Amino acid sequence: MALDSKVPKGPIKDKWTDYKNKIDLVNPANKRHIDVIVVGTGLAGGSAAATLAELGYNVKAFAYQDSPRRAHSIAAQGGINAAKNYQGDGDSTYRLFYDTVKGGDYRSREANVYRLAEVSANIIDQCVAQGVPFARDYGGLLDNRSFGGVLVSRTFYAKGQTGQQLLLGAYSAMNRQIARGKIEMFNRHEMLDVVIVDGKARGIIARNLITGEIERHSAHAVVVGSGGYGNVYFLSTNAMGSNATAAWKIHKKGAYFANPCYTQIHPTCIPRSGDYQSKLTLMSESLRNDGRIWVPKNMEDVMAIREGRKQPTDLSEDERDYYLERRYPAFGNLVPRDVASRAAKERCDAGYGVNATGEAVYLDFASAFDRYGREQAKIHNIKNPTAEKIYELGQAIVEAKYGNLFQMYEKIVDQNPYKTPMMIYPAVHYTMGGVWVDYNLMTTIPGCYCIGEANFSDHGANRLGASALMQGLADGYFVLPYTIGDYLSDDIRTGKIPTDSKEFDAAEKEVTERINFFVNNKGTKSVDYFHKKLGKVMWDKAGMSRNAEGLTEAMAEIKAIREEFWKEVSVPGTAAEMNPELEKAGRVADFLELGELFAKDALVRAESCGGHFREESAELDGPQKGEAKRNDTDFAFVSAWEYKGEPADAVLHKEELEFKDIELKQRSYK
Amino acid sequence: MNLTLKIWRQKDSQAKGQMVDYKVTEISEHMSFLEMMDVLNEQLVNSGEEPVAFDHDCREGICGMCSMYINGEAHGPDRGITTCQLHMRMFNDGDTITIEPFRAAAFPVIKDLVVDRMSFERIQQAGGYISVNTSGNTQDANSIPISKHAADEAMDAATCIGCGACVASCKNSSAMLFVGAKVSQYALLPQGQVEAADRVKNMVAQMDLEGFGNCTNTGACEVECPKGISLENIARMNREYLSTTLKG
Repeated sequence: MALDSKVPKGPIKDKWTDYKNKIDLVNPANKRHIDVIVVGTGLAGGSAAATLAELGYNVKAFAYQDSPRRAHSIAAQGGINAAKNYQGDGDSTYRLFYDTVKGGDYRSREANVYRLAEVSANIIDQCVAQGVPFARDYGGLLDNRSFGGVLVSRTFYAKGQTGQQLLLGAYSAMNRQIARGKIEMFNRHEMLDVVIVDGKARGIIARNLITGEIERHSAHAVVVGSGGYGNVYFLSTNAMGSNATAAWKIHKKGAYFANPCYTQIHPTCIPRSGDYQSKLTLMSESLRNDGRIWVPKNMEDVMAIREGRKQPTDLSEDERDYYLERRYPAFGNLVPRDVASRAAKERCDAGYGVNATGEAVYLDFASAFDRYGREQAKIHNIKNPTAEKIYELGQAIVEAKYGNLFQMYEKIVDQNPYKTPMMIYPAVHYTMGGVWVDYNLMTTIPGCYCIGEANFSDHGANRLGASALMQGLADGYFVLPYTIGDYLSDDIRTGKIPTDSKEFDAAEKEVTERINFFVNNKGTKSVDYFHKKLGKVMWDKAGMSRNAEGLTEAMAEIKAIREEFWKEVSVPGTAAEMNPELEKAGRVADFLELGELFAKDALVRAESCGGHFREESAELDGPQKGEAKRNDTDFAFVSAWEYKGEPADAVLHKEELEFKDIELKQRSYK
Repeated sequence: MNLTLKIWRQKDSQAKGQMVDYKVTEISEHMSFLEMMDVLNEQLVNSGEEPVAFDHDCREGICGMCSMYINGEAHGPDRGITTCQLHMRMFNDGDTITIEPFRAAAFPVIKDLVVDRMSFERIQQAGGYISVNTSGNTQDANSIPISKHAADEAMDAATCIGCGACVASCKNSSAMLFVGAKVSQYALLPQGQVEAADRVKNMVAQMDLEGFGNCTNTGACEVECPKGISLENIARMNREYLSTTLKG
């Protein structure tokens, strides 16, 4: 099947408007007869469910948590981008579009990104109307902050809890529709397969996580907004339950999976401390506005620090290597995430890591205390302030800006970051890859849509800070509700989709057999044993830097782990009860397939772009020596994989990327 | 460190539960409390026993899923955090730790330490929203200035994570702090004014219907709240409610 992105004709700035004017609509009276299933209730799924219900469709929404409000969008800290230009610093729809395409290292679809930039301003209006308490200035107007990789202030925020407030906004819109009966909410339910009837997605099989009951749900269209697959690495900043199962199930039933190797490793996370660790915690990118990143210059100091003979504060300025400032003088500590992460790895691989595991660098606020302190002394007219006074004044400013993050750090690490530099290390955070969708956000299964982090569409090979929230809400509030109508307009006479068909029988049987296998297998090893093993292979061989040899090994090793899993996995308890181990088993089984496809995709993409760094594809000399080298001649395409049984047999389909409105350039942050 | 855990085990909502003793050894003080529970569960799975079911998800204190009652305190013996942010350095070698589910008539136990908080959902559905459709042509976000003070106070109320620690800590199992926080967020913002009267009436009515107790101003909820939601929110809700009912 040839991939058709269905991008409308015409100039980029008119595409979306013209398209909306021409698509088929469903009459309000007919919407009452149309059902839509939405899987996942984060920013994308939650906003889509609410909007579709407002329009009059009958929505069935599914979440594995006990409330839509607990989806992992809730944990996003920093903010949401929008081209409002409230600061008058020259922002525009075009500039947001340009920054996003460049930030993504020219591997996203232009028309989608332009649309995203276009609707970004509507999102802020909508959220404010819902009562989202964004930060404001003393004049009562909305405040903005700045994020990595851009030159304007366009990020709206609600303290360090922007994701929480936006999700609670979408949740409140959902609650209004649940109360009206337009959304039927299925909490503690997990989608375990999609049901395809006559070539169209017509329902799902779900498991009630309290009773273990397997349920059939039918609809005229299925929307998957189930988030990313970062937990394929076992350790990530994702929630414990975040999983790829819904996305992977639709992939196995015909939806192509795009660019799985595009993963974002976030530079500022709390380093791991031991083998028992269950997850990693992000420290917001906003900290890089004021924190300076360094490791010791001399190996003796590294050893002394690791052995506790020296403290980081003992080292003088010229004994420190502020390596980001050294390598990237123009952007310094505010280079994009992929660049900052690789630079930290480079120093730690060279042996300069500052904790016992050798995987940590310092994020130091000492110069911020000093700078703010002197500024405050001036403002308060304090003559010849002492060093202590300067520190005290500066600390108060830093506390007002980042207090909750400093508190979080201290609770986890048990060190006071006001007194000693923070230790950070990169961690898996977000997946740019995902289910392939066309301009309508429809997958290669007719009637099956994919939105938010679960799809591949807008971030290319690297996502800029504060763009994930924007994309999730754009898809759910402003894109899908239009595009899905065009498809559903053919279904006004279809009537209810019956669930007693042979297609539902077959899908349910498959799901039940797999569950029964797990609870009856009585193997020798826990689910986590396999998940950790997979995670280690992924991190070592498909992590921040990759090469052909390692990726080939990774494919073989993951296959071997998968085979052992199906022999030796042990799941206690029964199928007909709440059984968290059983839930994990199903998710890890899917990760064990996805991981192999991931490695295969990374192997095929023999170029470096964004978060995907191939050691074979680096600049060998000149001012960019050692930096990632993109190859536009051979790799300016989206890799869309078709499922063929074993992940190693997946078939590659290429969507060539055309850049008509932006010139392809090397990203330079020097 | 080595610890004795006394944990509430209950097969399902119908079964009779009981406290069961477990031993865990070699627990690092750097572990989080839930990582200690992972160690226990791995131990149980490897010996063919059923692991302890407990709610958890984000493990960074924001999703509101985790909900244990540890040594008689919701989210355990530290302030301003959820159970997932509690670290084992708060305990000593040889300690016995008692772990129970959140207990309240309106939070029935589903299994072990997992409780059903659907009552919170129904309260939110009764009025915890502003009635505005998604259209793309609501007014510009800056067309109504909102004082920084009001916006910050609304934000403080809105940081509630809906975990239910307030209910579990209250001797009356009252949900006033939870409901007060949501009512306050909208009461403080101009967008929420049009339906303010209906909102507070409907949310309070639903709260009563769910079987939550009354507030007797003890303040335990505020102390145990992981997000530091202030008692002022209860006072504000009472004012809103009173002015609504007096007006009729």
